Amino acid sequence: MAKHGKIRALLAQFPLETHSRGLLTVAGMLRDSGMEVVLLGNALPEQIIDAAVQEYVDVVGISTYCGGELALCKELLRAAESRGTKNGTVFLLGGIFPPANIPKLKEMGFDGTFLSATREEIVSCIETAVAAKKKDA
Amino acid sequence: MEIQKILQGDIQAAATLIREIEDEAPAAVEAMKELYPFTGKAYVVGVTGAPGAGKSTLIDTLIAAFQAREMKVSVIAIDPTSPFTGGAILGDRVRMYRHGGDVFIRSMATRGWSGGLSKATLSTIHVMDAMGKDIILVETVGSGQMDIDITRIADTTLLVLTPGLGDEIQMLKAGIMEAADIFVVNKADERGAEVTRMELESMLAMRPCQPGQYQPVVVLTEAISGKGAEELAEAILRHRECLAASGELDRHRRESAREELFRAVENLVRLYCCGEIEQGSYLEELVEDVARRKISPHAAALEVVARFRGQDKAEPMKRNKAK
Repeated sequence: MAKHGKIRALLAQFPLETHSRGLLTVAGMLRDSGMEVVLLGNALPEQIIDAAVQEYVDVVGISTYCGGELALCKELLRAAESRGTKNGTVFLLGGIFPPANIPKLKEMGFDGTFLSATREEIVSCIETAVAAKKKDA
Repeated sequence: MEIQKILQGDIQAAATLIREIEDEAPAAVEAMKELYPFTGKAYVVGVTGAPGAGKSTLIDTLIAAFQAREMKVSVIAIDPTSPFTGGAILGDRVRMYRHGGDVFIRSMATRGWSGGLSKATLSTIHVMDAMGKDIILVETVGSGQMDIDITRIADTTLLVLTPGLGDEIQMLKAGIMEAADIFVVNKADERGAEVTRMELESMLAMRPCQPGQYQPVVVLTEAISGKGAEELAEAILRHRECLAASGELDRHRRESAREELFRAVENLVRLYCCGEIEQGSYLEELVEDVARRKISPHAAALEVVARFRGQDKAEPMKRNKAK
């Protein structure tokens, strides 16, 4: 999506999530890596994509703990598709979810899935994916 | 054409242009040239105050209050960029979830600007204005006593205070206390809210005031419950009427045009002067000389500007009138 400048990321959780420590930790990591991080909090897939469009972010990161992520992530990507922003945006999922779902999430269009990761791993995943999407655009 | 879409209020087209403005893409300059004639209709409300005073939550309640009046609202929320890493946490939007959708909210980082705003703020206001918004709420960085840039670009400035932030001496101080049009005492359910109101009102009562001139007001709010949002929206609209009736609004808009022009000039001069010479090692040598005390910073600056003027033997300062 972006042509130049800083990487902008939006971090959100689906409505029923209650733990935000993971999301806030990642937000701090991205800030420390020079990115602009828009915090959205709990929101429906469609609301998350609405906010991503308004903020013109390069990255949408979802934190999940309480299950149901496959259905909601599918909904999220469908919303992005309908707004025409799916291909230009990097999608990430982090938190606690069955590792067996990872191939399905990748197939769906998630560029990064993290059950646990270091700051370097997350940041380098974002930088690589954003650069790749920029080339495509 | 993207411009047409923006004029029709398309959020996606506007968001794209705003990102280009922020990233200083050359295309943005051209687009702004075309958009600018369509601006000047929106009413700009600045919201400033200390971090944690409740600015974002208050804006959330104001959105609803203006929407109830069938006004189109949009928001610019600014948070600080880290001077160490260049990163930023834009955490205002997370407080704005109670309004009924379709409100255009754009979070921005200061990216090195001081004074509580960012470089792209003014242009972003113009884009939202061209979209046909009636009210644009601009939330500054959580600020202190002297961050009054917002008062130059906003038609109405709200200063959000909370109980217990100081005594009547604080109320008398220069800076933002002199510049606010509406004083909001938020968290009014906390102890001391009435005392804060009385201190503000007695400070305001001591100000000289001409008949017919607008006199700042104090409004108590509880942003969490939405209490006081109606009164606050009313106070903003009353201020607008008062400014329009006295002709003050036109004068203020002229001043903010002046401010914007001067900022743009400053910016261009810096860009041209330093951009030109950064090509070579000239600027670095000059920095070295200044650091070694061989030349004073002021003399070095004169040298840079002289070089700049030498390249472009400009016409005398006269200008062809626009058609």
